[in-house]
Amino acid sequence: MSDQPLVLGFETSCDETGIGLVRGSTLLSDALATSVAEHERFGGVVPEIASRAHLEAMVPTVHRALADAGVTLGDVDAVAVTAGPGLTGALLVGVAAAKAYALALDRPLYGVNHLAAHVAVDELEHGRLAEPSIAMLVSGGHSSLLLVPDLSQDVQPLGQTIDDAAGEAFDKVARVLGLPFPGGPYVDRAARDGDPASIAFPRGLTGQRDAPYDFSFSGLKTAVARWVEARERAGEPVPVPDVAAAFQEAVVDVLTAKAVRACRDHGVDHLVIGGGVAANSRLRALASERCAAAGIVLRTPSPRLCTDNGAMVAALGSRLVQAGVAPSDPSLGADSSMPIDVVSRAG
Amino acid sequence: MLVLALDTATPTLVVGLARWSAGVPAEVLAETAVESGNRHAELLTPAVRAVLADAGVGMAELGAVVTGLGPGPFTGLRVGIVTAAALADARGLPVVGVCSLDAVGTGARSVVTDARRKEVYWAGYDADGTRVAGPGVDRPEDAALSDPVVGDPGFAERLGRPVQAAAVTTAGLLRAAGPQLASGRPDPLVPLYLRRPDAVPPAARKAVSQRVAGQ
Ligand SMILES: Nc1ncnc2c1ncn2[C@@H]1O[C@H](COP(=O)(O)OP(=O)(O)O)[C@@H](O)[C@H]1O
Repeated sequence: MSDQPLVLGFETSCDETGIGLVRGSTLLSDALATSVAEHERFGGVVPEIASRAHLEAMVPTVHRALADAGVTLGDVDAVAVTAGPGLTGALLVGVAAAKAYALALDRPLYGVNHLAAHVAVDELEHGRLAEPSIAMLVSGGHSSLLLVPDLSQDVQPLGQTIDDAAGEAFDKVARVLGLPFPGGPYVDRAARDGDPASIAFPRGLTGQRDAPYDFSFSGLKTAVARWVEARERAGEPVPVPDVAAAFQEAVVDVLTAKAVRACRDHGVDHLVIGGGVAANSRLRALASERCAAAGIVLRTPSPRLCTDNGAMVAALGSRLVQAGVAPSDPSLGADSSMPIDVVSRAG
Repeated sequence: MLVLALDTATPTLVVGLARWSAGVPAEVLAETAVESGNRHAELLTPAVRAVLADAGVGMAELGAVVTGLGPGPFTGLRVGIVTAAALADARGLPVVGVCSLDAVGTGARSVVTDARRKEVYWAGYDADGTRVAGPGVDRPEDAALSDPVVGDPGFAERLGRPVQAAAVTTAGLLRAAGPQLASGRPDPLVPLYLRRPDAVPPAARKAVSQRVAGQ
């Protein structure tokens, strides 16, 4: 029993079917089905395969989430769904399902921004976000720095990647190193036995005149591929742990430096890092070191909640309900390139 | 019992409400067909609302949900199927899936609908209306059709024979769903994609990474 809203969240923007239940800011359940294994041999997510898997997984995953939370559909107060950004066909399975549940249950529906949800999920573990905060989102599809005066309705983009996303760079480098897909966690693991200082890889967009909050990882990725190929041509073995460690260091050095700078420049002393790459152990370590030195309070969700899941959508939905933000219109659709400053599709 | 039927296998989304009982033709109480193109996701739940309001029926009075399973363009098709599955699940109702082509026209006929890529989805029916060929997806000239051909008249020229315009109807969906509604034990919803996903495994990895992977 509680007067806090019970929110059912749907996430289908990529290859994870995530259904979460949140009451207020308490995580009740987080059920996940993934088609990642079906994409592995293609070296990347195949949208049609992901969409088919979402359809198959939808109702069973909803029921897993309900059972884990010990609630029934009748208890649900509001429904939230990722409306974008993401793969259109994949998003639409979640949007259509969420709309149907909302209609059948006669509950309000909130179409929310996937990126804002990656930030909101932190509230499930660490309580209400300090506002303003700086948020850094680093995932397979996105790398953005945001100023967040109010997570329910005011999120301002400061900068983003101009080419590859951070997670994409991890995945591509993993491929070059012959590691499985998605490569982020494998690079992370391999790097533990490597020397980050063994190879000097470039730090993109860190010059005096470069955009201070934008990122670029494609030059780094190419540099790694060239280095590995040169070894190959010379007939020498490739020291996978060293390459992984040096590459990872280049990524997290740039990410953390820019995030700290964004905090300083805006006089903000709270930083939250979200998205799949926030699961990276070296990013977490270096960010906490640099934040401590700069007097910034750092928050990162536990690794399990950093990658795509339904709880993050429910968490943002709950925030919107409590802030009194207007729900979405029944004609809600998916928006594959939903801008980051649109937290939810209201009205 | 009151049955909500919907289909999103063609560019025209169809939602209807019918009174159904075993052994007699269903009585359609309200129906809407929306030329929604690729906006099925936006327009489907509003159409469901509108049809229920039109018939003066509440969600709580429904006894079953019927959905077309295709064949049809994948993205729109999934919107209908997942909507039907979720509506039924939320109300604790049975959900019945039928081949969408079965709901186009009546009696002895072949049905063709647009499969894009210059192909048709097709099926053939005998005088009882039982499907005896298909569903298939082929170039129009390769489909095993027999007159009369009904469905998308846009293919008449390619086929060199008349195609009488016909679309999915609520009555057709209910007719096709009859046996499963009567048995009370509907089959699991399996979309009729008829095509594999477009996906090609990338070329073999570079020699260097293969060697590394094998270390
Ligand atoms: N430990 C890790 N180190 C680096 N990258 C990681 C780690 N764990 C996951 N990733 C990366 O996170 C990305 C997935 O992030 P996620 O937020 O789930 O996806 P999306 O991009 O769809 O929002 C992938 O690119 C993956 O390689």
